[in-house]
Amino acid sequence: MEKKKQKSIHKTGECMLNDKRIKIIIGHYGSGKTEFSVNYCMKLADENVKVAIGDLDIVNPYFRSRERASMLESKGIKVISSSLGHNFSLALPAVSAAIVGPIQDPEYQVILDVGGNSIGARVLARFFNDITDQGYDMLCVVNTNRPETMDVEGIVYHVRSIENETGLKVTGLINNTHLLRDTTVETVLEAQKIIIEASEKLSIPIKYISTLEKVAEQLPEGLEGEIFPLKLYMRDAWM
Amino acid sequence: MAKVLMKGNEAIGAAAIKAGCKHFFGYPITPQNEVPEYMSKELPKVGGVFVQAESEVAAINMVYGAAGSGVRVMTSSSSPGIALKQEGISYIAGAELPAVIVNIVRGGPGLGSIQPAQSDYNQSTRGGGDGDYKLLVYAPANVQEMVDLLQEAFDKADYYRNPVMVVGDGMIGQMMEPVEFKERPHVDLPAKDWAAVGTKGLRKPNVINSLFLQPEDLEEHNIRLTAKYQKMKDNEQRYEAYNMENAEIICVAYGTTARIVKNAIETLKEEGINVGLIRPITLWPFPEKAFEVLPETAKAFISVEMSMGQMIDDVKIVSNGRLPVDFYGRSGGMIPTPEGIIGKIREMIGGAK
Repeated sequence: MEKKKQKSIHKTGECMLNDKRIKIIIGHYGSGKTEFSVNYCMKLADENVKVAIGDLDIVNPYFRSRERASMLESKGIKVISSSLGHNFSLALPAVSAAIVGPIQDPEYQVILDVGGNSIGARVLARFFNDITDQGYDMLCVVNTNRPETMDVEGIVYHVRSIENETGLKVTGLINNTHLLRDTTVETVLEAQKIIIEASEKLSIPIKYISTLEKVAEQLPEGLEGEIFPLKLYMRDAWM
Repeated sequence: MAKVLMKGNEAIGAAAIKAGCKHFFGYPITPQNEVPEYMSKELPKVGGVFVQAESEVAAINMVYGAAGSGVRVMTSSSSPGIALKQEGISYIAGAELPAVIVNIVRGGPGLGSIQPAQSDYNQSTRGGGDGDYKLLVYAPANVQEMVDLLQEAFDKADYYRNPVMVVGDGMIGQMMEPVEFKERPHVDLPAKDWAAVGTKGLRKPNVINSLFLQPEDLEEHNIRLTAKYQKMKDNEQRYEAYNMENAEIICVAYGTTARIVKNAIETLKEEGINVGLIRPITLWPFPEKAFEVLPETAKAFISVEMSMGQMIDDVKIVSNGRLPVDFYGRSGGMIPTPEGIIGKIREMIGGAK
């Protein structure tokens, strides 16, 4: 069991390095984009590559990746958020132009943590040319316990509306279905069936299955998508 | 129905619609914007009406008008926005109309910040409006409790013909949690024979009004209202008592802060320090009943708040001189940490020796 777990984590790292240099994380709001993005950065930083995260969330006032800036920066990750700084607490759509630096720098692995829904994704239009010049993966985080993405139609609708808004193509789905600490193996596997169907309909592969470490250990082998064990960085112990 | 994952603010909207709310009038303010956003999208689907008013003052007066016609109506805002609504809230209480008002509290005073706070305790329980009126005030500590209490708030508002306020700090509004919309027991409510819905020439008009120019009439009105508030005090107090057995220190905390206190209590328990919690679920009426019998081990109360200490007075009133009342709080959008609370309690225990 322990051996299998080690192998799975190692493979996650390899798989992440196979993703395009620019990784855009989108999805319905509340599906877990920020938790996935922060985890992705932390894992990538272990692979001895230069990592930058652009917190492009102009929709939410709380629970944005910039809240964990000091933790990320202590791992050597470059964190770029508002042009007014990470701690500027205001619902202002101010995105720092500094994010263009790592987008254009071929040495950087870039994670763009985008705000929810097509409205949150609209901010990508500003970076369209740079992103398409460099090549990208756009990964859609899906949680089928969110009321709007509970079924295939909901998932397809969200993928299409974000694609239409941004002019960019979703290249992978992430099964991030959870009920926070109540998540079980069944939670993930039930969702996987729905997401496989959505994946076929969209002709977009499932890239990752991201879930709590304790659940990841128990998932069966042979599922579509790399198993991506998550730590809950965004939620304090009392939440 | 299975559990779904919802943001507090969305869940408020969903719960209101489940409770039969057909009308919402509001004005945007962080951190509650997802409430009007949700209502604007979902109310038309159930034959309801959403209006984004030109201001908070306009919104609460639209609530006043809709409530006068007997429909289930809600507004939501955040601290400075609620301050603007106070006049209308007093009118609604004076005219004895049912309405639900949600306050997702942010740091103050004034425009303050957009981060979570509990500094509207006074504004909720003492009111900013004029006159001898009271609101029934609920303070849920998680999204599930928010969903349950919000639905109940509509029944209580109808039952008492009084505005009910549901208060959550910004964290409750913004936090994602699993929720379940449970089947609710049927509540028998009196017919709304007071509503201004047209007489069809068959009866005298119903008048929706809070103006009583004759002092005798207004006093009589106030006496009747006060009897109603007494009934709420008798019947509506709600609280959770946690780890009270052999507690040396009793924390009093509500909402998000109560969750952080529980976390601190568990850590202290491992060190052999017994700390209890009284969590008011109704801020008004304040749950006096929870304080009637205290464990003999109790040496002091501590009010723990996300404010500079607005609940201390109520704790002192119900303690009635039996135990000293201490305070720990953070404000301005800073959230208390379990460590901070533990430090303060250790200090109190040390001092008690």
